[in-house]
Amino acid sequence: MNIKNSLKEIKRSRECYLMLAPFMIFFIIFTVIPVAMSIPVAFTDFNMVQTPDFVGLENFRNLFLNDRIFLKSIRVTLIFAVVTAPVSYILCFMLAWFINQMPSFLRTLFTLVFYTPSMANIYAVWQLIFSGDRYGYLNSILMNLGITFSPVQWLTDSRYVLGSVIAVQLWISLGAGFLSFSAGFQNIDPTYYEAGLIEGISNRWQELIYITLPLMKPQLLFASVMQIVSSFTAGTVAQNLAGFPSTDYKAHTIMTHAYDYGWVRYEMGYASAICVILFLFMYIADMLVNKFLNRE
Amino acid sequence: MKHSDRRKGNIIVFLFLTVLGIFMALPIYLAFLMAFKPEQELFVFPPKLYTLNPTPDNFRNMLHDLGKSELVPFSRYFFNSVFVTVSVTVLQCVFSAMAGFVLAKCRFAGKNFLNAIIVISLLYQSNVIYIMQYVVMAELNIINTYGALIFPLVSSSMSLFLMRQSISQVPDEIIEAGKIDGAGLFRICWQIVIPNQKPAFSAVMIFAFQSAWNMQSSSFVYKENFKTLPTVIQQITASGISKTGITATASVIMLLPPVILFIFARKGVIETMAHSGISG
Repeated sequence: MNIKNSLKEIKRSRECYLMLAPFMIFFIIFTVIPVAMSIPVAFTDFNMVQTPDFVGLENFRNLFLNDRIFLKSIRVTLIFAVVTAPVSYILCFMLAWFINQMPSFLRTLFTLVFYTPSMANIYAVWQLIFSGDRYGYLNSILMNLGITFSPVQWLTDSRYVLGSVIAVQLWISLGAGFLSFSAGFQNIDPTYYEAGLIEGISNRWQELIYITLPLMKPQLLFASVMQIVSSFTAGTVAQNLAGFPSTDYKAHTIMTHAYDYGWVRYEMGYASAICVILFLFMYIADMLVNKFLNRE
Repeated sequence: MKHSDRRKGNIIVFLFLTVLGIFMALPIYLAFLMAFKPEQELFVFPPKLYTLNPTPDNFRNMLHDLGKSELVPFSRYFFNSVFVTVSVTVLQCVFSAMAGFVLAKCRFAGKNFLNAIIVISLLYQSNVIYIMQYVVMAELNIINTYGALIFPLVSSSMSLFLMRQSISQVPDEIIEAGKIDGAGLFRICWQIVIPNQKPAFSAVMIFAFQSAWNMQSSSFVYKENFKTLPTVIQQITASGISKTGITATASVIMLLPPVILFIFARKGVIETMAHSGISG
């Protein structure tokens, strides 16, 4: 009886499923299966040629007990994420808010200026800016101002490389989250502010806290996911700027480590284990942020 | 709040945005500058923020370098990039609009589950799954085809999410009215709901375009005739610092299409916002 009912139900919403199908087919093949598959593969030894060999917890044991570089990459990733994610999140929100106060023409202009970096792959320029000789723009400015007297090796000195990479990551990080905030601010019905005025809200900070923030919660959640993704899976910036591997592995993120084992050595089992750990990190980070944003 | 206070505040905000904006735009400006600088000016101390002898040499050299491969002409890389980007953008818009409509406005078994999955998958649709995507595509035998470049990108959970969020703002009455008029879901979606979703489309279009246009695909296709521009440009870059001018030129050219698209789409967003009666 029950099955009959649910069959009826499915038949009734046939159109729904048909309209979902194109998206879902590709989604399952290229997102769900890869994520789901990485878990079983993580417990195997798999080189893409021979059939996977079940090795139990071996990959994870090696990662945590024998792979010093992996432990280093966890540290780098966490530092990277703890710095870039919140800073960029706040930057996205603040800039979108500020821009929203501007007249329409300036709004367009500023949005364009701040968003363009996220579309740009201009590592060659950053290499020249951070170049370790005196021809580098940054070194040249600092030396002209008398702040430093000899060129700093921004991208190869193990003290500075992570900082340089973080700077560039922040530069390109005003992406989807920023746009989501911008749209969110524009979408807020001005009558809310008029009502707030009557209720005695007297400056824009109060406006922000009592009116805007509660209305922006969907955007706040969305942008937080975007920030978690971009900061935990960072690796391209570091690889393009600091080289691969970076000096003393100072800019070696978990993603770079997975890249190393997956694409360079074709040890897919080991690479999957690395990815699974990264999945976990991202999931935990997301849960914490959700909990925080859902507090009130 | 007093009017003059707000104006004073606005001037401070404007100054702040301008200063920060100059810093943000500086590397982009430098990229343009490097593209037009003659080679001997690239390495002088102190580096200059202008050039008196702009030259198209870099453009010429770039085309020369790109065309060097005996296997395929430069136009093939260009065609690949355009074909892949357009396909991804169109498919992503269509797929996510339909699915977004269903997830926002229809009742059916499994809806909550799907919504939850989509939100979680926002976390995992990035380079974290490239490696496993490669394994799947190798299994499906689509490595070294256009499919390897297009398929992984067409079902973006972010696009679906944005569409769903946007469509869920549409009042239910409009959809009910459509149903009473005897329209099926498909027609309601495309004739009533979608035409009012210009801002959402602009957003999805920008993200789709960007992801496809900038995709580094060297691992999914390594045959010369399927390579796209970013891959080829990266190969030139990898050949060393002497190519700095060419690399900067290439990245400037690559940056133009998404920026131009963004300028137009952004305008559309604002226009639609101003005219749209459906809000809050």
